[in-house]
Amino acid sequence: MHSEAAIRQPLILGHKTYHDITQDIVGPIESKAPRGWYVLISIAGLIALYGIGCILYLLSKGIGVWGLNKTVDWAWDITNFVWWVGIGHAGTLISAVLLLFRQKWRMAVNRSAEAMTIFAVIMAALFPLLHMGRLWLGYWVFPLPNQFGSLWVNFNSPLLWDVFAISTYFSVSLVFWYIGLIPDFATIRDKVTKPGMKKFYGILSFGWSGNAKAWTRFEEVSLVLAGVATPLVFSVHSVVSFDFATSVIPGWHTTIFPPYFVSGAVFSGFAMVQTLLLVMRKVMKLENYITVKHVEYMNIVIIVTGSIVGVAYITELFISWYSGVEYESYAFINRATGPYWWSYWAMMTCNVISPQVFWFKKLRTNLAFTFFMSIIVNIGMWFERFVIIVTSLHRDYLPSSWNMFHPTWVDVGVFLGTIGIFFTLYLLFARYFPVLALNEVKSILKVSGESYKKEAAQHHHH
Amino acid sequence: MANKVIYAVYEDPEQLKEGARKLVSNGIKVKDTWSPFPIHGIDPIIGVKRTRLAIVAFMFGITGTCLALLGIWYMNIFDWPMNIGGKPSQALYKNLPAFIPVTFEFTVLCAAHGMSITYLIRNNTLPGMPARNPDPRSTDDKFIIEVRTADNHGHSAEAITGLLRTTPVFEINERQY
Repeated sequence: MHSEAAIRQPLILGHKTYHDITQDIVGPIESKAPRGWYVLISIAGLIALYGIGCILYLLSKGIGVWGLNKTVDWAWDITNFVWWVGIGHAGTLISAVLLLFRQKWRMAVNRSAEAMTIFAVIMAALFPLLHMGRLWLGYWVFPLPNQFGSLWVNFNSPLLWDVFAISTYFSVSLVFWYIGLIPDFATIRDKVTKPGMKKFYGILSFGWSGNAKAWTRFEEVSLVLAGVATPLVFSVHSVVSFDFATSVIPGWHTTIFPPYFVSGAVFSGFAMVQTLLLVMRKVMKLENYITVKHVEYMNIVIIVTGSIVGVAYITELFISWYSGVEYESYAFINRATGPYWWSYWAMMTCNVISPQVFWFKKLRTNLAFTFFMSIIVNIGMWFERFVIIVTSLHRDYLPSSWNMFHPTWVDVGVFLGTIGIFFTLYLLFARYFPVLALNEVKSILKVSGESYKKEAAQHHHH
Repeated sequence: MANKVIYAVYEDPEQLKEGARKLVSNGIKVKDTWSPFPIHGIDPIIGVKRTRLAIVAFMFGITGTCLALLGIWYMNIFDWPMNIGGKPSQALYKNLPAFIPVTFEFTVLCAAHGMSITYLIRNNTLPGMPARNPDPRSTDDKFIIEVRTADNHGHSAEAITGLLRTTPVFEINERQY
């Protein structure tokens, strides 16, 4: 067995055995949920129901009930779409990219981050579908031979690339997540005593037995899936950015968009992971597994990606002047000083200035402060998408058609509703699914567990 | 004499490997091992061959690439060439840059799902399948070696258990089958 340098901080605190890990994760699933869970899911469920009501109203009336107009024909809907897709980047980044880099700290957070990814991508996919107006014809985006004439979808269009990117990303993330869950469902199946639960987790575990060959295959599949998911993660938000970058709208037509969108996505995704995990580790008593060190590592990712985003904003601004294109420079002057100046400065403050406080170790290891910052970052990233979309559109080439965008209650309701649905799904996950990758955490116990590290260090001194 | 299956239960993967090494060096064939997480380094000891799933993934991926290019060529070049902004779709190679994103995504889609489905079928893990681990503790904190007397005609069950007892074994269970 390889050992780890003593200077590395332990990833599992206290003295744990393999059985303790099983008990700590499966115990809450077996026992009654705490009252806080019922309170939270009731609130989230009510918001979700309100959102579903708004969506039904929208579908019955048509998207005219949104605040869109002839000039600003993309606004909150596409802002929310890009925001949710961005959030959906952290999970696969943690589980795939960090697996390739052999980062052991990912093991405590990957399961819930992946769940978050899947729910966020579902929320994201809802918005383009709603924006089509006729949800039930959504399948027209697929290249199906149809009875409406032999016209095919256009493979030159970034909007179609998006269809392929999002659906591939969603389904591959789902499969990656589920394959990791199978052995843990088997652990629950073998642990619980109630016959109903045994049956339920028995079906979910697909009859996993954990023999030598199965584990060899498991590791190979995880590695190869991580290998193919890594370029996939980077491609998805690149393709989302192509929706804008390949157009001829000043403010959108920039080659910096793909890397800028990807780092922004990772930035907001990690912020959302922090929001969720900081609550979950407290409520589910996972402090020994999701340690302050884990939180600090994620804050370091936030500061790196936040700084990349900052450089991208400034580069964009510089190029708009340096290019000498009048329309391009106007788009950016208008962003910063026009009628939407407040959203531009909200974005700048939340995304560029505020994450820099994480240079201070005291702040990036402070949990309450991290929670506060994670909310700030997500507000900032929402404004980033709003700024890119609305401020670029609202003053187009023809000054007579310049217009402002005002959201209606349906815009707000649908957005809030997706937040409600997202949290409802996440709370269900936290209640019934193993929230830590049991098999992975157990595999690092004797290398990165606190008491084992101490033992090894003492052994070394003698 | 009835055939017996012997389960040696260990509490640590390193101890299990010690036991497996001992058995194999005495010419005893280990049928399988069961564990709550992968035991690194067990495969060469008990003679588990390397999986070919990565090759499967590559095959599915390359199939996806070909299907995507063929499909796009048929739809956008052959069947209905569109003329967008005075830039007609004339030949696959001329339009190829615009076709790369979908081709890439479809390659990943086929590779990932093809490999995952193959993995589930090869492992016999599908919805409704029964669990085959001999002891429910093997998904929690126990590491189990399975030895069958039918595979080891030169050794008696007593000899095998005697050998196992010289390793840090937690318990030994025998079953008729």
